[in-house]
Amino acid sequence: MTHIIQQVLNALQLGSVYALICLGYTMVYGVLRLINFAHGDIFMVACYISFFATTFFLTWGHLAPTTTFVLGMLLAMMLTALLAVIIERVAYRPLRNAPRVSAVITALGVGIFLENFTLATLGPEPRHMPPLVPMINFNVGGVTVSAVQVVIILVSVVLMVLLDTTVMKTMTGMAMRAVSYDRTVAPLLGVPVNRIISVTFALGAAVAGAGGILYGQAYPIIDPYMGIRIGWWAFIAAVVGGIGNVRGAMIGSFILGFIEIFTPVFLPSSTYRDFVAFSLLLLFLVFRPTGILGQPAMKKV
Amino acid sequence: MFWWILVALLPVTLLLPELGLINPYLQQVFMYVGINIILTVSLNLVNGYMGEFSVGHAGFMAVGAYVSSILTVWVFPRPYGPFIFPLVLIAGGLAAAVAGLVVAIPSFRTRGDYLAIVTLAFNMIVKSALENIEAVGGPRGFMGMDRLTNMAWVYVWTIAALFCIRNFVYSNYGRGVLSIREDEIAAELVTVNTRQCKVLAFVIAAFFAGIAGGLFAHLLQFINPRSFALFPKSTEILVMVYLGGIGSIAGSVLGATIFTVVLELLRPLGVWRWVVVPLTLVLLMLFRPTGIMGLREFRPLIPAGELAREEVKARASAAD
Repeated sequence: MTHIIQQVLNALQLGSVYALICLGYTMVYGVLRLINFAHGDIFMVACYISFFATTFFLTWGHLAPTTTFVLGMLLAMMLTALLAVIIERVAYRPLRNAPRVSAVITALGVGIFLENFTLATLGPEPRHMPPLVPMINFNVGGVTVSAVQVVIILVSVVLMVLLDTTVMKTMTGMAMRAVSYDRTVAPLLGVPVNRIISVTFALGAAVAGAGGILYGQAYPIIDPYMGIRIGWWAFIAAVVGGIGNVRGAMIGSFILGFIEIFTPVFLPSSTYRDFVAFSLLLLFLVFRPTGILGQPAMKKV
Repeated sequence: MFWWILVALLPVTLLLPELGLINPYLQQVFMYVGINIILTVSLNLVNGYMGEFSVGHAGFMAVGAYVSSILTVWVFPRPYGPFIFPLVLIAGGLAAAVAGLVVAIPSFRTRGDYLAIVTLAFNMIVKSALENIEAVGGPRGFMGMDRLTNMAWVYVWTIAALFCIRNFVYSNYGRGVLSIREDEIAAELVTVNTRQCKVLAFVIAAFFAGIAGGLFAHLLQFINPRSFALFPKSTEILVMVYLGGIGSIAGSVLGATIFTVVLELLRPLGVWRWVVVPLTLVLLMLFRPTGIMGLREFRPLIPAGELAREEVKARASAAD
């Protein structure tokens, strides 16, 4: 029993990291109807940014690990947001009125470009993220809870609540929903569409940036191709939860977290996890393409 | 006439290597170009002519490659290899076509980016499944095939793929496929059987991808699941389609040839080669989204009847 609770905790930890990445997919899709295939690689870049930032603060700045963690997270969030805004400005905005296929291919291309550019400039060798959260384990009724797990789950929940409030309660969030609802009418009502889209990209990437440093605390090895797998999983989570829906993204991410942790329990090896995840994706696409919380799209003639 | 010239060139592809007039490296490049033409023209059927967005073409290639390799290594006695090679390739193509049928069914309900995800998931599932089947080597890959692919076979299959897909595009079903690209709902209203057209397009595209996979496997004599991953293989095919031009057979030939040759020339760049490829794709999408030959065709590839009809139409509109 304690073993299962332990695994549930691991699944929650993983699920919250996926949720942070998944939100970027789902917000961009909601506003632009674009699957931003580059998002997983933006997350990878975020991991590298936080790696360099934290190493710099620790070795040259001689800062305390906690300060480094906070500063590193803020820096990663800002720089990742900047990167996403630049990508949107350079690669996606000129294609906004082109066939959607062009934009999707561009997104794929941008993602692969980021991977291989990182590979070519920084080299293929994996790097180790410095540990910043103290290695303390709490014992709660026989279940070991590490400080890293507590930090990851707490920070993710705080960020998710913040994001949900932004989308649901603020003027910017209302404008986002307006653009998502109808991009031709929204500007007529005074919504600055370009700025809202930039803000959406920035928010999604900033959350992924926070995800980058959190992920690095739990799984400290980072390499240029790490974004592919995590990106896909977060993307599947977005589809399962209902792409374009912020709360659905969170539900989907936790489902995917559970799949990843519990696949080796039911199947002979953990290498089946991709198979299970993509089969789930296919099942959802065939039988319920709008996901758990998505609204069915109307076909316009 | 044009096709007869192409057929007449067949002995050249047989003689050149026999007489030692072409070095093995150039032969290899020629064969890669041929295989890439087959892949490009078949993906163009789905992406260019039908206007759907399939990104998992390497998945079909993987099915063809593994099925044909298993047949030549385990099933048929080795000495007969060269004689049954075409049959083995067709078997691989048929297996891929069945996979194409499986992917075509979700395309009835989903379109656009959702269908892109379906094909993408298919590609990932094929790769992941192959990695988990120990019998075919799992992630280590499968080997032991003889080098049965030669210039002549690649040439024959390239011509066959071009001929079949050109004839399909200009057939009644091809009209249906084009009408799906222009407006699916309108096509349905004028009684185009869109489901049939979609199934046919997917199955034909998958069949030729499977053939290309078989040729590829018997050229390299080694395949592993990673050779058929979304990146680089499927992406490469996409680049070739969009570089050459959507909805154009001549464009596919051009795109595959230019891309393969340029990639060979860029070999000294090492890792940076894979930075150049996605960058090319993005720049293409930004500045010339329909590619070099986009929606245009090389005249000898258009059937004579079609040309005559167009001329009549042109004259009628001139008379108005």
